[in-house]
Amino acid sequence: MKLYCLSNDPNKPCHILTFNEITMMLDCGLSMQSVLNFLPLPFVATNRLLNLPTWMPNDVVDADLEGELKENCDRVFVDSPLEFCPPLDKLINFAQVDVILISNYLCMMALPFITEGTGFQGRVYATEPTLQIGRLLLEELVIYIEQCPKAGFATQWKNFVHKLPYPINEAFKPKSWKQIYNMANVNASLSRIQMVGYNEKIDVYGALQVVPASSGFCLGSSNWIITTDYEKIVYLSGSSTLTTHPRPMDHNSLKNADVLIMTDLTQTPISNPDSMLGVLCVVVGMTLRGGGNVLIPCYPTGVVYDLFECLSLKMADLGVANCPMFFVSPVADMSLAYSNILAEWLSSVKQNKVYIPDEPFPHGMLVKSNKLKHFKHIYSDGFSTDFQEPCVVFCGHPSLRFGDAVQFVEMWGNNPRNCIVFTEPDFDYIEALAPYQPLQMKVAHCAIDTSLNFTQANKLIKELKPTTLVVPECYTKPPAGAPNLTELVIDSTPERTVIPYKWGEVINLPLKRKQGKVYIENDVAKQVHPVEIKPGTFLSTITGNFNVKDNIYNVKELKPTSDIGPRNINYEWGSINLSELMAKLSKEGINDAKLDNTANGYVIHLQEKDALIHLDEKNTHVLCNSDENLRSRLRTILMQCLKKF
Amino acid sequence: MPDIKVTPLGAGQDVGRSCLLLTMGGKNIMLDCGMHMGYNDERRFPDFSYINPDGPITSYIDCVIISHFHLDHCGALPYMSEMVGYNGPIYMTHPTKAIAPILLEDMRKVSVERKGEQNFFTSQMIKDCMKKVIAVTLHQSVMVDNDLEIKAYYAGHVLGAGMFWVRVGNQSIVYTGDYNMTPDRHLGAAWIDKCRPDLLISESTYATTIRDSKRCRERDFLKKVHECVDRGGKVLIPVFALGRAQELCILLETYWERMNLKAPVYFALGLTDKANNYYKMFITWTNQKIRKTFVQRNMFDFKHIKPFDRQFIDNPGPMVVFATPGMLHAGLSLQIFKKWAPCENNMVIMPGFCVQGTVGNQILNGAKKIEFENRQIIEVKMSVEYMSFSAHADAKGIMQLIQYCEPTNVMLVHGEAEKMEFLKEKIKEEFNINCFNPANGETCVINTPVKIPLDVSLSLLKAEAKKFNMLPPNPERRRVLHGVLVMKDNTHCLMDVEDACKEVGINRHIIRFTSTVYLNDSGPPLSTAKKLHQLLEEKLSQWSVTISDVEVSVESVIVKVEGDENEQKSIFVSWTNQDEDLGSYILELLSSMAK
Ligand SMILES: [Zn+2]
Repeated sequence: MKLYCLSNDPNKPCHILTFNEITMMLDCGLSMQSVLNFLPLPFVATNRLLNLPTWMPNDVVDADLEGELKENCDRVFVDSPLEFCPPLDKLINFAQVDVILISNYLCMMALPFITEGTGFQGRVYATEPTLQIGRLLLEELVIYIEQCPKAGFATQWKNFVHKLPYPINEAFKPKSWKQIYNMANVNASLSRIQMVGYNEKIDVYGALQVVPASSGFCLGSSNWIITTDYEKIVYLSGSSTLTTHPRPMDHNSLKNADVLIMTDLTQTPISNPDSMLGVLCVVVGMTLRGGGNVLIPCYPTGVVYDLFECLSLKMADLGVANCPMFFVSPVADMSLAYSNILAEWLSSVKQNKVYIPDEPFPHGMLVKSNKLKHFKHIYSDGFSTDFQEPCVVFCGHPSLRFGDAVQFVEMWGNNPRNCIVFTEPDFDYIEALAPYQPLQMKVAHCAIDTSLNFTQANKLIKELKPTTLVVPECYTKPPAGAPNLTELVIDSTPERTVIPYKWGEVINLPLKRKQGKVYIENDVAKQVHPVEIKPGTFLSTITGNFNVKDNIYNVKELKPTSDIGPRNINYEWGSINLSELMAKLSKEGINDAKLDNTANGYVIHLQEKDALIHLDEKNTHVLCNSDENLRSRLRTILMQCLKKF
Repeated sequence: MPDIKVTPLGAGQDVGRSCLLLTMGGKNIMLDCGMHMGYNDERRFPDFSYINPDGPITSYIDCVIISHFHLDHCGALPYMSEMVGYNGPIYMTHPTKAIAPILLEDMRKVSVERKGEQNFFTSQMIKDCMKKVIAVTLHQSVMVDNDLEIKAYYAGHVLGAGMFWVRVGNQSIVYTGDYNMTPDRHLGAAWIDKCRPDLLISESTYATTIRDSKRCRERDFLKKVHECVDRGGKVLIPVFALGRAQELCILLETYWERMNLKAPVYFALGLTDKANNYYKMFITWTNQKIRKTFVQRNMFDFKHIKPFDRQFIDNPGPMVVFATPGMLHAGLSLQIFKKWAPCENNMVIMPGFCVQGTVGNQILNGAKKIEFENRQIIEVKMSVEYMSFSAHADAKGIMQLIQYCEPTNVMLVHGEAEKMEFLKEKIKEEFNINCFNPANGETCVINTPVKIPLDVSLSLLKAEAKKFNMLPPNPERRRVLHGVLVMKDNTHCLMDVEDACKEVGINRHIIRFTSTVYLNDSGPPLSTAKKLHQLLEEKLSQWSVTISDVEVSVESVIVKVEGDENEQKSIFVSWTNQDEDLGSYILELLSSMAK
């Protein structure tokens, strides 16, 4: 069994697992850190961005590079359409991938890169919410990028990366970056997904069984259990043990794996999601009361549902209930609607509401009472008439490089009463804000990441008891920025092997199958006659007609045929007691047997018939010319002298 | 235990009161727990004393599975769990869990408050019963205990209807409940994979009908309604609040819109609003089209269909009214029927099946006078139309399902005896499999082949495959697996004989025989060997016969030619005791040649 690591970002994982002749992709996350190196894409071009000075490395004179790089507040940005870092395609040909398993909607943004135009012909499995909400995320991304087309594709800068200042000089593999896919690719790619339910047993070409188990992280998120009859591999991706809106994490089915692959732990290891939510509520309340607006750059799904619910209550408490919340995204309406029809995937508290019947999330009610207003874009019909300040705006993209958030930062950035609150953990907020500096608006960092932290992960591993644990290398040492925080690692203990992996590596996982399974039919079972060899130990031969269908092995009764064919046979064991044999021979009327020693045993010569019996501890050899009668008598005698099974 | 036993307590050669007892691998499972709408006495519930004559049945039943929310499938559930006594798990889908208690309460009210029935379950009992329910999701594998596994498949029919696959050990069954194989206006078609159960228990409501195209029936329905309101008549459509009602509402709504009709259409209040809410929230259970468009337009928000008020019964002029319940056995639909039946301008459209003993059943059988409990006699002058909109599988659909899941046995339930016989013969003929249709209380025993799982060493499997693949392809040739089963310390494993001996620490004792035959064949020994090889290949076509120099071998049998150019050759035939058959056969063959 081998594991290939194709993604540099443990929170946007992409692996290949080869096992039992099946090539399986585990997640296909798309790292978007690359976009931070680019200038934002505003819907309406702003003078500020247009007039940024061009930047050139000191000692370089290259006309082609001229104009590709722009400078703002000592930071250098690429002025070009955005590019993304897709999974590594050098280690494996995607046409050979048999199956893709998707853990949650945040781990599938690279799917069109994998399945379209690569010759991919396999199956893709994901839960219904992962497909429906994943579709919203993919569509939003494509709409955002396509609504701000940009001419002039910068390429030369990639040849001078080493001469560029920090942090762009540390950009990861910029030559492999690609522009985003189009809507046709998204639709084609998503149409390959087969929807599965939690605990649904999925047969993979008869070779493996895979089962998704609830991971508690977001709507429809799952961990995967990959089994044969004898081995169990668990792939644990985004998981949460906290109680929020999704179905709780299913621990039991993950226990006692031979191999546990664990990735996608929290990106905010030192902060606690609950206290962050508390801070967020206070910041929003204070800003609104001070007459300022709040901008929350976010994804169109996930924690925002909890934020709507929580903030609406908090705002009522703080007396700012009349300030509206705006949810702006090309998929806002779909996101609100879908979240309320996926009751079967929600926590039991939310689920029980549909039995009343009430909607599981209150945002339907918030929309009806005009507390929450949703629009596709800021230029959509009705937005300007409904828009009212102070207010709270939720909109994408959290990187601040594209989406309507770009417009809001430009609009509100120079007023110190406004506040931008970062809740999504995917992007460094200082990097996100860099192209907008200098800014007057307040900045609050309240990243809410509900996925497992190191304490929770270590506790979980103890409980799950895997034989071998496989984790990204970065989880085995403290964060680069805080080498003294040694508690922020996955513990290594003598009870299990920990195997680290990193981008571009192919590692061998210790798993050697020794057994398979066959099914024997009743008629065959009836022919089993166990012989007790020693107390408690039995042996029996089994012979049957063997047939293999869909990798299932069946053994049927061997019907006798007219000609000579296979039949069940027995085996002799132990050694022959010489005096017993001699006695039996004479009893049978063979009195001329002459016994002699040989190097390792004896030889009995039947003088009249000129037959020989060679004997030793483990063998008996009967040589008797062509006297079948004699041979068959000797055979009977010998078999009486031996035990058999 | 190689048997599967099924005893219908209801729905055996009958429609209504579905309740089957299934015994398989030592587990007892109750499939559905329905009531019969046609009876007011103890016959309305299944006879649970069959399970335990002295009371509670918890210790006799491992789990109860409810296929969908229709009362003929779940109506006896609170009676069974709270009055007879059952504390074990009850499984159903999420929509069924949401909707069933509402229908149960509605029925309880009609029975107790309007008809004054005694010995009925209470509202609290419905609540207590529902606490025992575990909701399942489609395709989720649910382990009831270590040995009993269940899984739900989509059945169409009504919102949340499921077909259930049940497995114990190597035995499995599929119970369909009610299902339909064609998508309708709001639901998709039933679907199942090739799960090859030992037994498929299928409903057979429409066992002999091959229904005409759905579009035709819809057009027919709309035409009849339109004609009736055009002549100023009133149309009564008795329905159950959830299911068919939503489909017909969508149908009328679009027709009224298109034809610009003005006659009022009413839906008797009560469950409507709530019902439509359930459809909204469980939209993932509806068909593709509705799911795709639900964000833009909720199919269940009707513009032309208004809530009904009891006072409207006597309003003059045409109208169309949907009223519950669907079989005209009680409630508002019956009340309206009594008022409107005597006028020949009016019409009642029965959109579904009506069980025996209901008014619906009587008028469908052509009754022109209906007598009620209080000696009241109603003359039926209104026209009576039957429109089969019930989403049940027809004969073609049932055959299709059999084809999908490939069962080894079929059992028909929830249908009429004579119709079942027809279908039964057809199934036997077409699929060459057994088909049963037990009556209520009659136990049907189905023998299933036992398959015992056995661990086997991979090296044994690989050796077999290698040996098989070396032989030239021959479809006649049987693959043979031979090994030694080692049983110790509660483990067992099938392995190669050498490994088995090593595993238990004993030495094999090999007996070998060598006999000699003298054969007259001139030429070098090699040519004799070649002749013998050819001969043995001919005689032993199932075996692999090889030749190496002057030695020909089959399995452990070695035939070796010795001698010079002279005529006489010594042929040594040698084999181990395990190949006694083969060795002595070859020896005999060669001896007879030598003579
Ligand atoms: Zn039904």
